[in-house]
Amino acid sequence: MADEPAERALARTAGGRASERPGDRIFSGSARSAGTFILVMLAAVSAFLLVEGFPALAADPSEVGLFDGENFWQWVFPLVFGTLWAAALALLMAFPLAIGIALFISHYAPRRIATTLGYVVDLLAAVPSVVYGLWGGAVLAPALQPSYTWLAENLSFIPFFEGPASGTGRTILTAAVVLGVMVLPIITAVSREVFLQTPVLYEEASLALGSTRWEMIRTVVLPVGRGGIISAAMLGLGRALGETLAVAMVLSATGVITVNLISSVNPSTIAANVALSFPEAYGLNVNALIASGLILFAITLVVNSIARWIVNRRADFSGAN
Amino acid sequence: MSMRIEIKDLNVYYGKFRAVEGVTMDIAPRSVTAFIGPSGCGKSTLIRTLNRMHEVIPGAYVEGQVLVDGNDLYGDDVDPVLVRRQVGMVFQRPNPFPTMSIRDNVLAGVKLNNRRISKSDADDLVEKSLRGANLWEEVKDRLDKPGSGISGGQQQRLCIARAIAVEPEVILMDEPCSALDPISTLAIEDLIEELKSDYTIVIVTHNMQQASRVSDMTAFFNIAGTGMPGKLIEYDTTEKMFSNPSVKATEDYVSGKFG
Amino acid sequence: MTNLYSAPRPVNTFKGVTLPTYFFSVTAVAAVILSWLLFTVLRPTGDEEYEINIALVAMVGIIIFALLVFVASLRVEGRRKAIDRLAGILVTTAFLIALTPLVSLILTVVTKGVIRFDADFFTLSMRNVVGEGGGAAHAMVGTLIMTLAASAVSVPIGLLTSIYLVEYGSGKRLTKWITFFVDVMTGIPSIVAGLFAYSLFEILLGPGTRVGISGSAALTVLMIPIVVRSSEEMLRLVPNELREASYALGVPKWLTILKVVLPTSIAGITTGIMLAIARVIGETAPLLIAAGFSNDFNFNLFQDRMQSLPNFVYYSYVAQGSNPEAYLDRAWAGALTLILIVMVLNLGARLIAHIFAPKMSR
Repeated sequence: MADEPAERALARTAGGRASERPGDRIFSGSARSAGTFILVMLAAVSAFLLVEGFPALAADPSEVGLFDGENFWQWVFPLVFGTLWAAALALLMAFPLAIGIALFISHYAPRRIATTLGYVVDLLAAVPSVVYGLWGGAVLAPALQPSYTWLAENLSFIPFFEGPASGTGRTILTAAVVLGVMVLPIITAVSREVFLQTPVLYEEASLALGSTRWEMIRTVVLPVGRGGIISAAMLGLGRALGETLAVAMVLSATGVITVNLISSVNPSTIAANVALSFPEAYGLNVNALIASGLILFAITLVVNSIARWIVNRRADFSGAN
Repeated sequence: MSMRIEIKDLNVYYGKFRAVEGVTMDIAPRSVTAFIGPSGCGKSTLIRTLNRMHEVIPGAYVEGQVLVDGNDLYGDDVDPVLVRRQVGMVFQRPNPFPTMSIRDNVLAGVKLNNRRISKSDADDLVEKSLRGANLWEEVKDRLDKPGSGISGGQQQRLCIARAIAVEPEVILMDEPCSALDPISTLAIEDLIEELKSDYTIVIVTHNMQQASRVSDMTAFFNIAGTGMPGKLIEYDTTEKMFSNPSVKATEDYVSGKFG
Repeated sequence: MTNLYSAPRPVNTFKGVTLPTYFFSVTAVAAVILSWLLFTVLRPTGDEEYEINIALVAMVGIIIFALLVFVASLRVEGRRKAIDRLAGILVTTAFLIALTPLVSLILTVVTKGVIRFDADFFTLSMRNVVGEGGGAAHAMVGTLIMTLAASAVSVPIGLLTSIYLVEYGSGKRLTKWITFFVDVMTGIPSIVAGLFAYSLFEILLGPGTRVGISGSAALTVLMIPIVVRSSEEMLRLVPNELREASYALGVPKWLTILKVVLPTSIAGITTGIMLAIARVIGETAPLLIAAGFSNDFNFNLFQDRMQSLPNFVYYSYVAQGSNPEAYLDRAWAGALTLILIVMVLNLGARLIAHIFAPKMSR
């Protein structure tokens, strides 16, 4: 910032050397310590997880009751699959919807109610995850169950719908729907901001060429907002990966790897597994669960980094010129 | 390929506020007409009604008629999208689409109507439009570079190329040079000279020297005071408007006494 | 000059034929009727309990409506306009689809939550309660205590950090690191934060430790990045001219921050803090891990497990005892309470932002 040197100069000449005033020293010192504390805290998180998780990796697998004869990686792999699978399903459902809703609010709804509509969608984000879990298990699963029966009867040749249909409706697909509803508001909110910030200049250029509203959106709004949309999707993905309760309360999991969406045999996710197993865990089992948490942490780190990289890469075609 | 424009008693409203009052004028085909006047007099508002771009602002509407070659733009059943296809516009700030290459920018309007253009037809059209905008020589080797990566003057000529690629009848220009340096401005003025042999051109400008250099006819607009609607004060050949105008207000404005 | 793409021009080239306005309402009604008929006809023979699912009728009705409009528009108005109309329908449908779970959720929570929304629920704990009766008072107290403790740590640290980032740290390397790590922290899954807090206190106090302060620690890890982010944004909104005016009057930097910058942005900062609290007050997973489960009141952060409201809802649902209905009723009542708290915080935050934000010219 060009103001910075001037500001510093001003601050310095504000009655003596500012950096030596006790007030400033204390204040800036505490501010800086607070910042450093955060670095320390994050280092601590990683360190503790590693320290506590490591024994499970180092120990003889037969000593860890949870592994049931397998080793750590064999045990954790289906959980990783379940985590990625559920999140992918959720994103598949939520992403197109979110873009549609964001476009609706930014370009289709009458101006006056557009802000209110935005608030309504944001309300979805405020609901705590345990309430979503409750709704998912008690309301959504029974409501979807007849559809699963229908799918198992009519479309079972498709591997996803092989069946036999779950009697309670508590399948990975239901959990993914709940996850989708939970990440929908985040993706919508970010995309909405992106679309609203499309420079009017380019929108008018498109309209002046004789484009319809959809054509304008297609040629200007969406391309210009591409980086923002992708980062919105990544944010949603990160959230879906780490979500615990929705899955724990909705899913009846057996921990198997399968793509069958409608049966009672379902993979579990890392987070849900920790939540369900931790309260009664003891000894090395605790370490194993912590180690799986570390893996989840690593996955979300990677996803968030990719998101940031994508946004930075498209900077020159983003219309920021 | 160019049409006469007849404006009959046009009033432009933003909600309840009347921005432009009772304009009546005829614009001949293949001519350049300049709208001049102090800021806020409604000349930009008026030019936007000629391709129904004012409707982008909610609550804006007109009373009266605008006939392009005898067809009322504001008749029943008229689709603004079709209007804008034939009445093109160049804006004050150059606005090539940033996510498209130069080539795609030129083709943007055409692609809307004609999805299946063969590559050779497309290439011909790109070259023809860029030549028509006096830009071909400068960018012919970098057609695939982003449209926003060229200088301001070149960007504006790219916008002009994009506008003429759809072969409109009329080209509207809303202060096309006010964001450009003097050399680019001159290049665009030369271009307007060439374009008028094929298109009807209406240009809004607050630069009177530009108006006197470039246009055949000049319309002078003025407002009585803030909050009052803009009105057409005088409309005549450029030569007469700048040397011997009939209305005193015109003379005052043209000689720099206000505005 | 050859006209490459001009077709011969018809008489009035601006006129397009449009579908009349009544077309859409008529088609909508027709679509719903058609959909309903479809489901009636498709009734599997011999199935006496066949009920026509309203939601399905509505969905199929929308699909039929979209198809009818698209085809009609295609023939009457042309391809471009038809696509434009279809896009409009799709986008509106997306919005309606988003409303459905929201409406369903709120309706369910309200109708099922009021059953136990009584004085007992707010005053009793679950001590010695099996089956009916009891309440969530211990959980609410626990939530209050743990969230307050977490805020007491996160708010000062978060605010000071954002002050450092905005006021003192521009261009310094430490700033880049802090920003990067705050970014990372916003992505920590909440259960991982819980595992961290558990690990920390396991080392401090021995294995199997589940205690209130551990829960607060987990919440702190989650709250700090939110507070830093939103405060940073608010501080950056304060125009530099204000700071310079203060310096020019001879006010030292730290006083400028305290007396000029902070008061100007305080509304936004408060909003951010309230939203952060609203976020963590609903967190279950970390508290499950770190603070454990309890049926009893516990006012001591440093000793024994502490129940929290979201956990109460979770356990009531997951571990339904001999009287499932009583547990479920309590779960819904807890859910209703949670939603009310979160909504009040959210709306309050927005209200404060709206009322107290200094009117700065944009």
